[in-house]
Amino acid sequence: MQSAQTIRLADWRVRHQSTFDEARYNVRVFFKDKLAVLGLAIIIFTMVVAVIGPWIAPYPEQGRGESNLTERLQAPSAKHLMGTDNYGRDVLSRVIYGARIPLVISFVVTFAIVIIGVPIGGIAGYFGGKFDEVVMRICDVFLAFPSLILAIVFVAFLGPSLRNAMIAIILSWWPWYTRLVRGMAVSLRERPYVEAAKTMGVGDFTIIARHILPNSLGPVIVQMTLDIGTVILAAAGLSFIGLGAQPPVAEWGLMISEGRDYILDQWWIGAFAGLAIFILVLAFNLVGDGLRDVLDPRSKR
Amino acid sequence: MDELLRVRGLKLQFRSMRGVVKALDGVDICVHDREILGLVGESGCGKTITGLAILGLLQKPQAEITGGEISYRGQDLLAKSDREMQDLRGREISMVFQDPLASLNPVFQVGHQIEDVVRIHKGVSRRESRETARRAFAEVGLPATDEMLKRYPHQFSGGMRQRVCMAMALACGSPLLIADEPTTALDVTIQAQILNLLLRLREELGVAQVIITHNVGVAAQTCDRIAVMYAGSVVEEGPVVEVLSRPRHPYTIALYECLPHGHTASELKTIPGTVPDLITPPTGCRFHPRCKHVLEVCPTAKPQPVQVGDRHWVSCFWATGQTDGADSEAAS
Amino acid sequence: MSLLQVDDLTVHFRIRRGLGKKSIDTVHAVDDVSFAITEGETLALVGESGCGKSTAARAVLQLVKPTAGTIRFLGTDLTDLSSRQRRKVMRDAQVVFQDPYSSLNPRMTVHDLVAEPLRAQAHMSGRELEARVLSMLEMVGLGTQHLWRRSHEFSGGQCQRIAIARALALDPRLVVLDEPTSALDVSVQARILVLLDDLQRRLGLTYLFIAHDLAVVESMAHSLAVMYLGRIVEQGPAREIFGAPRHPYTVALLRSSPSPDPEERGTMKVLEGDVPSAVKPPEGCRFNPRCPFRMDVCTTECPQPHAVGGHLVSCHLPDDFDTRATGSVVLV
Repeated sequence: MQSAQTIRLADWRVRHQSTFDEARYNVRVFFKDKLAVLGLAIIIFTMVVAVIGPWIAPYPEQGRGESNLTERLQAPSAKHLMGTDNYGRDVLSRVIYGARIPLVISFVVTFAIVIIGVPIGGIAGYFGGKFDEVVMRICDVFLAFPSLILAIVFVAFLGPSLRNAMIAIILSWWPWYTRLVRGMAVSLRERPYVEAAKTMGVGDFTIIARHILPNSLGPVIVQMTLDIGTVILAAAGLSFIGLGAQPPVAEWGLMISEGRDYILDQWWIGAFAGLAIFILVLAFNLVGDGLRDVLDPRSKR
Repeated sequence: MDELLRVRGLKLQFRSMRGVVKALDGVDICVHDREILGLVGESGCGKTITGLAILGLLQKPQAEITGGEISYRGQDLLAKSDREMQDLRGREISMVFQDPLASLNPVFQVGHQIEDVVRIHKGVSRRESRETARRAFAEVGLPATDEMLKRYPHQFSGGMRQRVCMAMALACGSPLLIADEPTTALDVTIQAQILNLLLRLREELGVAQVIITHNVGVAAQTCDRIAVMYAGSVVEEGPVVEVLSRPRHPYTIALYECLPHGHTASELKTIPGTVPDLITPPTGCRFHPRCKHVLEVCPTAKPQPVQVGDRHWVSCFWATGQTDGADSEAAS
Repeated sequence: MSLLQVDDLTVHFRIRRGLGKKSIDTVHAVDDVSFAITEGETLALVGESGCGKSTAARAVLQLVKPTAGTIRFLGTDLTDLSSRQRRKVMRDAQVVFQDPYSSLNPRMTVHDLVAEPLRAQAHMSGRELEARVLSMLEMVGLGTQHLWRRSHEFSGGQCQRIAIARALALDPRLVVLDEPTSALDVSVQARILVLLDDLQRRLGLTYLFIAHDLAVVESMAHSLAVMYLGRIVEQGPAREIFGAPRHPYTVALLRSSPSPDPEERGTMKVLEGDVPSAVKPPEGCRFNPRCPFRMDVCTTECPQPHAVGGHLVSCHLPDDFDTRATGSVVLV
């Protein structure tokens, strides 16, 4: 037996050995799914493009919105790889500049939703009673509407802008997570390890933070991976109908909208932006599938 | 007495995430007509897998039988096609499992479930199959009324559900029943009822049984013979009174001494070490790392069953005095 | 003075059946249960599922609110304390649950699991905390190498040791053990029972032991209370009750337990009938529908406990009645 003086606090690496082992194993499982890896590669590629955009875009000032009316509506060529739009702006540059927005939106919005929805769900599920009832009824009201309609209503109140579109999506989406986590909390609060914690005198909020929420993460992460793609689509959708990003910002949804009138003859104006959205959302979905395989042990047969 | 089921040297392995699990390493059991054999062991010893292997219920690509034979009434079961095995199950060999709730389809009436089984195997009319179902219910001690047959599984208590499963298993009159932990999920007094029922089924219907259990007491009270399994093979097999009063294999001896029956806690003996990992099992005799009587030969070769009494076999170098590991006369 | 004194404990649950608030049923989980445990001893609460033993234990731990009755722990009446005062008193009572895996948070390391009570109540941290955690683990036979791993990497027996170490971290006087070995293999169970017994001697612990396995109870308990459908039917020193059981249910329970001793083969007796629901318990003595010696008074009046020999029995039968003729004999 060692006395308190002679014991050194265990090395940081030793303490988290278990976590490292698990992480290493999970990464291995993830990488078995080739499509998920492809999705991840696409996302990383998009991130890189978003960061170094101003330096690699052939016509950065047009990416930011400056028009060049002398070169309007040109088909894809060596000079403009994706053609130009109705203001003469190089589509490729605008696609590159537009990459930042969905990435920022998807992460910021999804995290905000989770940070709001998850604790409320955990508290409601754990304590039950009146608070739970009230929260569930509020969620029911929100969930009765298709979330996009609800977001439109919110933006209508707040005024069209990208920032307000983000706020609107956050406000219409958080109940999903609350309900998800509340369901998990109701079943987890009966678990023996929660009862043991109560017997040990651990406070209720500590129990929620240490026992309920960490063990609810599985379904939450799965839901997040499904939602990130949908959030991107929602934001693009709002921009498409004019309630999100406003011109002259290069936002993919907005670009599709601007290309709508020209779709028959100058298809490139909207099509490339649309393709970009499609590829990025697909990439997130593929990564989501891969993550689900990691998190759900039953699918590892 | 005729020999009904014989398993000889059965070796089985299956693929898992971490590697190949050598689950069975030479299992030998034998059940005669109207006989009750207890297959006893702790978790991971392979008793359930043996039962599933006999009925061909293991998932084909993952689980692979790598050696040995299983024969029923002289027929080689391992050579049979899936179709032939399907025909055999229920008609010749049937099985009941530990959790009756999981074995019954919750959305069908129990009467229908039994009738389905009968009609598949016997191809009789609906009326006849209903009659058979009623008879099966009576045989297991349930009221043989239409009202009972029309009930759904969740409307029965645990013990009665297990009886329903047994009725379903015996509806086609199979001479051999394999019961995998049939009473583990039941209360003690209900367990006694079910064990009594199993004995009655042998007395009145002549049903031979293999009762898979981890409870030595269950085996002691209901079985004629007992086969003790450890880490994938049978270490000792013989008449139950003989094996439990004069155990020969060190594991059987140690297991019996662990039982709390009639001892105070401080008197309990324990077995050092832990159950081996079957992906990299110990060489030779799989029990040797934990054995009090381990000899030099034990890690080098796997002991074969040696007859030490009337239908009593032990697989152990120490128990059979083979300190030099000389080849013994294998049991017939 | 007893460490724990429970008097007339009653726990009823209201459950809503069907849609709407129309029908509210009451589950009579525990009714008028009284018992006391002397410091340093083990009292076992025995019974089958639905008898209320787990609920009674939960009431003692304050996990469930009693509907009526008093619970005196260390001389303090727990029922009229504020939640803060109760938390302070309950520091001296800890629990070990049945399922070793679900009683440990799978996301926490062994260190954090054992440290949790120390962080919550003793406000330890850093080196002092780690030292204490390590000494608890050593007491149950684990070591530094286990400190930073998670529960899924351990066997059932090891997890139960972790749970025991955690329960002992705050130096409790009373440990409630809710079927601590039911989910474990026989050999592992023996190790845990030996450990529990050893700890009791060394640390002077008092155990409230919930079990359904009578052999385990026989090896661990000093005194015993047999419960049926929410009431105690017989209680007293364990040796007395095992040697001379008086209540027909106690006799049935003892006789239904299959003994592994080959010399006791054929002594198993069967008690017919199912356990009735706790929602509408039978009138009078709750055991009367299954009692082979039922008299008229049993269906109307609930028997009160009275002393017979060295223990208390709740039964209308005269004291000299031989209840050991209970049940039919099992065929062999």
